[in-house]
Amino acid sequence: MENKIRGKKIRVLIAKPGLDGHDKGAKIVALALRDAGMEVIYSGLHQTLEQIIHTATQEAVDIIGLSIMSGAHLPICEKLIVMMEKAGLSDINLVVGGVIPFQDIPGLKEMGVSAVFPGGTSFEEIVHGMKDLFKK
Amino acid sequence: MIRLIEENDPKAFHLLQSLYPHFGKAFIIGITGSPGVGKSTIINKLIREFRKSDFSVAVIAVDPTSPYSGGAILGDRLRMQDHATDEKVFIRSMASRGRAGGVSRAAKDAVIVLDAMGYDIIIIETVGAGQSEFEVSNIAHSTGIVSIPGTCDGIQAVKAGILETGDIFIVNKSDKDGADVTMHQLTMIIDLANGNNWKPCVLKTIAHDGTGIEELAAVFLSHWKFMEKNNLLEAKKREHKINYFTSLLKDLTLEKLLLFMENSSEYREVLNKVLSQEIDPIHAAEQVVKEIISPFVYEEQTHEKKPNGLHELRVKK
Repeated sequence: MENKIRGKKIRVLIAKPGLDGHDKGAKIVALALRDAGMEVIYSGLHQTLEQIIHTATQEAVDIIGLSIMSGAHLPICEKLIVMMEKAGLSDINLVVGGVIPFQDIPGLKEMGVSAVFPGGTSFEEIVHGMKDLFKK
Repeated sequence: MIRLIEENDPKAFHLLQSLYPHFGKAFIIGITGSPGVGKSTIINKLIREFRKSDFSVAVIAVDPTSPYSGGAILGDRLRMQDHATDEKVFIRSMASRGRAGGVSRAAKDAVIVLDAMGYDIIIIETVGAGQSEFEVSNIAHSTGIVSIPGTCDGIQAVKAGILETGDIFIVNKSDKDGADVTMHQLTMIIDLANGNNWKPCVLKTIAHDGTGIEELAAVFLSHWKFMEKNNLLEAKKREHKINYFTSLLKDLTLEKLLLFMENSSEYREVLNKVLSQEIDPIHAAEQVVKEIISPFVYEEQTHEKKPNGLHELRVKK
């Protein structure tokens, strides 16, 4: 997993944790990322955090993208980041999209979330935001 | 590790080198068929059956890479969620990365890795395949071809290609109309095929509720036993190794040769003639091959020296 970008493909896991009812947004974002040349592993609805960790490990992704609209983004991210550390996945970037109130963004970033794309973010901003993670 | 292979990383080839001696224990199953026939769903249920018998299972699921953006959406895993946290099940999605035949080369190398890691059964799911997507049978020991009712009339069935490579035929969604017709058609061609080895069989399944999957798993396992007993497995492994080696050789030679050709003045001269339509591409290609390549081949075969400017230049290199 020591790759950075160098013309290689960015692999992204798109997952929806918890009990959100639909995944239209996540699917559309997945399409936009595909069109930007990324390989998107789409794992769909109702993912437990254990499943997300397991998938990210097996699929060797660079980014985990969570779509959260349930309002539970703070506890979910907090827990996932701890689990990622335990599983040795700290080098994976965690990004979050969905219904995220702006006042929560600083808190998420402090936890270790690499980028937040709240509702209303354009595809371009998401794609650039993700690619920028590898420019450092 | 698989990631490194996908990226053609030189490190991967060192690792592959050390793993290769451990390769060759797993039973490799290929699952192919048109898009939407239920390959992933069948595999999901198959994993459960194999797990019941305590086999460890690895799955490589290939989905297409977009020819436009180079990106891909890998969604096979979505249908294999039943095993998301089982330690003895490893599922890896791969993008085809422009490789025709439904299986990327990286997938072949990934099979070596997973085999060496000790998985008992490795299942390869191809991209939704057309009529000639049979490359998977160059890796798999047993190939399952999935179809659905209403897709197979008499003439489709006797066409060459994908149907010839199947060991096990699966008519999925068999609760839909026409399942028996499809079954019948498939059975008919199988009966026509000469059966001195394994006789392919046709099975009905309804993957989403699991009907027929237990039988399917049993058939795959009995195919495994059958091949082992009759020394067919060894023969097949040998054949696969040869195929893989020669295809790599072909790729590499072609790459080097094309590069070499593109830098030669003969090539450019002929290309210009093709562009100006002075000479047709077929003759042009023949001419290039004759002028550039045949000196080596010729010499190899006859040990006869042919004075040829370009040849000499090449030899000095």
